[in-house]
This record gives sequence, C-alpha cells and structure tokens, in this order.
Amino acid sequence: MQDNSYNAVMARKNQIMKAAVGMDYDDFESGSIAFDYEGMMAATGYTIDSVRKIQHDYNIGDTPLIELKNITALARACAPAGFGARIFVKDEAANLSGSFKVRRACTSIYHAKRMGYKGVIAATSGNYGAAVAACAAKAGLKCIVVQECFDSHGVGQPEIVEKARKCEALGAEVVQLTVGPELFYMFLRMLEDTEYFNASLYTPFGVAGVETLGWEIAQQFRARFDRDPDMVVATNAGGGNLTGTARGLLKAGCNAEVVAASVNLRGLHMASDTQFNLKSFTTGHTGFGMPFATWPDRSDVPRSAARPLRYMDRYVTVNQGEVFYITEALAVLEGMEKGPAGNTSLAAAFALAQQLPADKCIVVQETEYTGAGKHVNAQLSFARQNGIDIHFGDPETDVPGKNIVFPSHPSLIKARPADMEHLRASLIHHAVKTIDHAPTDEDIAFLAEETKTGADFVRNHLV
Amino acid sequence: MIKKGDWVQIHVIVLEPEQRAASVPEDTHQLPLEMWVKGHMLNESAELGDTISVLTITGRTVEGRLCAVNPSYNHSFGNFIPELLEIDATVKGIVFGGDR
Repeated sequence: MQDNSYNAVMARKNQIMKAAVGMDYDDFESGSIAFDYEGMMAATGYTIDSVRKIQHDYNIGDTPLIELKNITALARACAPAGFGARIFVKDEAANLSGSFKVRRACTSIYHAKRMGYKGVIAATSGNYGAAVAACAAKAGLKCIVVQECFDSHGVGQPEIVEKARKCEALGAEVVQLTVGPELFYMFLRMLEDTEYFNASLYTPFGVAGVETLGWEIAQQFRARFDRDPDMVVATNAGGGNLTGTARGLLKAGCNAEVVAASVNLRGLHMASDTQFNLKSFTTGHTGFGMPFATWPDRSDVPRSAARPLRYMDRYVTVNQGEVFYITEALAVLEGMEKGPAGNTSLAAAFALAQQLPADKCIVVQETEYTGAGKHVNAQLSFARQNGIDIHFGDPETDVPGKNIVFPSHPSLIKARPADMEHLRASLIHHAVKTIDHAPTDEDIAFLAEETKTGADFVRNHLV
Repeated sequence: MIKKGDWVQIHVIVLEPEQRAASVPEDTHQLPLEMWVKGHMLNESAELGDTISVLTITGRTVEGRLCAVNPSYNHSFGNFIPELLEIDATVKGIVFGGDR
C-alpha cells in the first residue's frame, strides 16, 4: 500500500505535479538559478488572441472601464491645487463568478478539458475557487476546491465561508481545513488519488489568462482617450494578478507605470492558528505579497509563472481601515458596492492620485463581488467580535490584529512605499541559497530580469 | 437516525500534532490538522459522532466522524457597524456639500 505520510507524499511532489499539470518543468531548467521563464510561458501555446477567444466563449472579460469621478473629486479635495489624477476602475466583479480570477481559471479549465482530464483541483481560500468552479461547471469537469478555512475552534473566516458556499453553489466539492501549510499535503494526496488537473494559480495557463486584463485596459483606454493610462495599480498577493496584467500591458505596447498594492498585515503570522481570525483580509495582503514577491517559487508548482518583481515599478501598502473606508466611499459616492479585498488597489490609487497632476490617469485594475461574509460590514463585525478595536483616528497608529483605524479624514489615507531595493535584494538572496556554487553569467542575467534591474545591481547584492 | 443517502458533513483528523510540518508556528504545531468534507452517507444508518463513509459530489469516498446533517451556511452581513454611517456622511459632505 502506498505510503501517505506527510514526508512520503511531499517526497513525491514533483512526479505528482508533472502528472497533474501535464508539463515537465525540467524542460526549462538550466541546472542552476536561471530557468527559461519566457520559454515556459510560451510553451502553453496560447497567445493573447487565443486566450481572448477562449474567454469570450466562457463569457469572460471585456468588463467595463469606469471613471470614478466622485472618488477623483474626493482625492482632489485632499490634494494640493492642480493635483489629483483621474481614477478609473476595471469592474472585474462583472465577470463570471465575480472577480478577475476567472480569467485565470478559464485557461486552465480549457486546457484541462482539451488534455482529457476528468476534473480539476485548486488549492485556494479566495475568489479563485469560485472561478474554477464556474469554469468547470461550464466545461462539464468535476471540481474540488481545497480551502484553509477554520481555526482550531471551528470558527471560519466569514469571507472564506462565503467562498465555500459559492463554490458549492456552482457544483464543486469543497474540502475545508484548519490553519496550516500542510494544506499542500492534502492537495497533493487528492491530485494523486483523483488524477485531476492541478488548476494552480501559478501555472503559465493561469497567468496567461490575466494578460487579457492588461491588454483590455490599454485597448479600452486608447479607444476612449486616444492615449495610454499613466499608471496601473494592481492588488498584489501571490503575484499573478500583477504579473499577468503587466504582461498584457506590455503586449499591447503600453508602458504605464505598474504599482503593486497590498494591505499591510505586518506582525501577523499566516500559519498561526490564534492569529488566523484576527485579520480582516484573507488575500491581497503583505502576508502573501511580500514572501511571494521575494521568492515566487514557494507556490504550488515547481516554477511559478507569477513573478511580480519582474514587472512592478513600485510597491505600496495600505492599512485595513483605509481599504474599508475607501470601499464604503465607493458604495456611497459611485453606487458600486464591492468586496473590500479587491479595493486594496483602489485605496492605494486614491492616495497615489494626489501625488500626480490632475491631467494624469490611474487605472485600478479590479473590483470583486461582495455578499454575506465578504462585505465591509461582515468583516468589521467579525473583527469586533474577535476583540479588534475599531475607531477613527490616524491610520499610522494601525496595528494588525489589534485595531482597525478608520482615517478621521480621507486625506489621512496613504500609500506607503515598500523598499524596492530591499525586496529585490531579498529575491537575489533567496535564489543564491538554492545553489552550492557561484552564480553563472546566465544566473546574473536571469536575476537582473527577475528584479527589473541590471547585472551590476545583482552583483552588488550577491552577498 | 441518519439514513443512507442523507447529505452530511464529516470531520477528519488529517495529521496529529506530532505529524505536522516542522515549519508551522508553535501555536499551530500543538494542534491537529483537521478537515471537513460533505457527501451522501454510504452507511445504512448512523448517529452524530459515528465513524462513517460519504460519497462526495465528485464521487470520492471519504471516511470520518459524522458531525452534521444537511449542513447549512450561517455566515451573514454581521452586526451593524454604525461608524460606516459616519464615513458616508464625511465623504458625501466633501464631494457634494454639507446637506447631503
């Protein structure tokens, strides 16, 4: 009988993944740090045009690009005279299943179906589960979603409980676990038992699916204004949102500045049982954003297609109270009631707009659906029940897990810059640790691409 | 009595504390990894707390302790947060004027 202990299953990881993704990642390896990223991305065989066609057949994409004139007016009221860029949002909540994540799911499910897999499995506590479930439903594939949902008292994070409901409503099986990274172990066991496709967020299929989002932003903006946006802000967690969007922008020839935004959850450990339900954001936060940016290959595939440091020009953080505030403002100023986590980039854009002249344009590249559990009121109520102190004040006094500070005035909402040099150096340090020899010239060139820097920067940060 | 074919939820201990990954933080390391799965009960009859097998919606057979019948969703919009009204008044006042 097969050994299904934790260590035995983890030791079979590579062979399980090879069968479950239908791709041999070894084909792209150099044997050192470097690997052929673009070769891996191209190996899917799907181009922007073919992905757009697949998504069109699934009723995905071509979401509205909406100018937020009243949010812009609010930003201008907080900005120096002549400042306050126009803010636009790509209303991705209008997609099948209610978020941009369905772009990612669609290509995976299309591919799985084409390759003859009977079903798909995704390890996700987020919108991606519903996205995979929706596409699997349309494709007639079986679907299992594995979630980290409960603390050891059986208390579920309301947002994750809602996502479980949605997955089940769309016909999927949902497997729910308590807190811990061993979710990956269960995921591997199920892939092995079912022989289903791994609809990972981090395959080239998934990230290729997001490229259409960046592409549409450029095309829609040009069609209306005959120019490109100046800045695109993307919420960053695992990095696929930013990576795909930026690649799509580049494929459209658009050189807008790309800014990553995450909710700052400093001090909270993502694998801690006691801290699990003290956070009010289950994605889009620094607990994923920082570690995945500085070491993308911690994901559930051997090489992640989501490599955000290749594309981001800046990385900013906002606090939980600021995102809730801007989510509420979006509802009462623009008539758009959306999920809070998807508005992380909007909160950042609100602050960034105030640093730009009024004739500049910022595109926030997503919204997400809202509902019971994943709603401002639901999350704040849950936080209050868990002893989080919610009050008005200066967001600078925010302490994740202790309080949620609503800005006493919207001018106090800030996009706080992360130290890009530190992040880039951290990626280099992680990479160097994977080899037992000096980095090759190919490695140096690769790391320069990985960090959007040059060979000199890499060499200066090797130690 | 719960009958064969009823839609139920089971609870499974996947990993005991000593079987957990070395990397998990101390608080989590002292706890088992638990799992909940839903499906149609395969046993002829059972009571809550019995060890049973279920057939999940994708056709997997999973064994565990029977913990709920017709498991429901109880999440909601939570208790009202009055501070949100203050945010509304502030931002509408700034954009549209004081009497909004």
